[in-house]
Amino acid sequence: MSSAGTLKITTPSDREIVMTRIFDARRQLVFDALTKPELVRQWYGPRGWTMTVCEIDLRVGGKWRYVSHREDGKDIGQFGVYREVAAPERIVNTELWEDWQGVETVVTTVLDEREGKTTLTATILFPTQEVRDILLKSGVEDGASATYDKLAEFLASASQ
Amino acid sequence: MLDATFAALADPTRRAILARLSAGEASVMELAEPFAMSQPAISKHLKVLERAGLISRGRDAQRRPCRLEPIPLAQATEWLEGYRRFWEASFERLDLLLDEMKSKEKRRAPGRRPRNR
Repeated sequence: MSSAGTLKITTPSDREIVMTRIFDARRQLVFDALTKPELVRQWYGPRGWTMTVCEIDLRVGGKWRYVSHREDGKDIGQFGVYREVAAPERIVNTELWEDWQGVETVVTTVLDEREGKTTLTATILFPTQEVRDILLKSGVEDGASATYDKLAEFLASASQ
Repeated sequence: MLDATFAALADPTRRAILARLSAGEASVMELAEPFAMSQPAISKHLKVLERAGLISRGRDAQRRPCRLEPIPLAQATEWLEGYRRFWEASFERLDLLLDEMKSKEKRRAPGRRPRNR
């Protein structure tokens, strides 16, 4: 059995969100699972979602596109272009969502292997600090504003 | 549109206005009170919030009470929660796939152990 890692989310700068996760597998396996469509289809998205499109042209300037079909019938489309590909350690690509115009993030994925386990670090760079801050202040990572937390609680119940 | 929502939420005064409205509707005068700000200045913020669909304003000529519209803001606030849940679930599935891939490797080359790097 693999040791299930914990997903960590941090904010090292004013425009970034960083996700870190450890996998109990060598780097090459993790890299393959992240970049081969027949493998990506087997894990991308929560249970109950199906990937209807998984296209990956893994080279500088190459495009990628995912479409995931949710249980409630909605399709989530994402796409982008690869800027850097250094197998098996580093990928840099843009990411856009088909139903969220105007926000293009740059994602840097780095794989680091130590003693048979691989640490994945994904840095999501947002176009402006404002966009990132709004997302974070709305989420569980930031405990700064008490009034804002109260607001979020109210809204969660108000939107039932 | 999430873009307008995010732009509207970028300002701390506007966030504070929304927090105040979460406690109930209020007039422009009532909203201006806690800030060292004139009513016209507050009105500018209210226009941005209204355009983003985050608040609605009554038609009562004298008071024009402002009211919170929870749904657009809830969409923005749910974003990061959804993002985290998505990746946690996906990575758990990836753990299982990696286990399978490792088993396949062992079956192909029994007795050979991968070298530590």
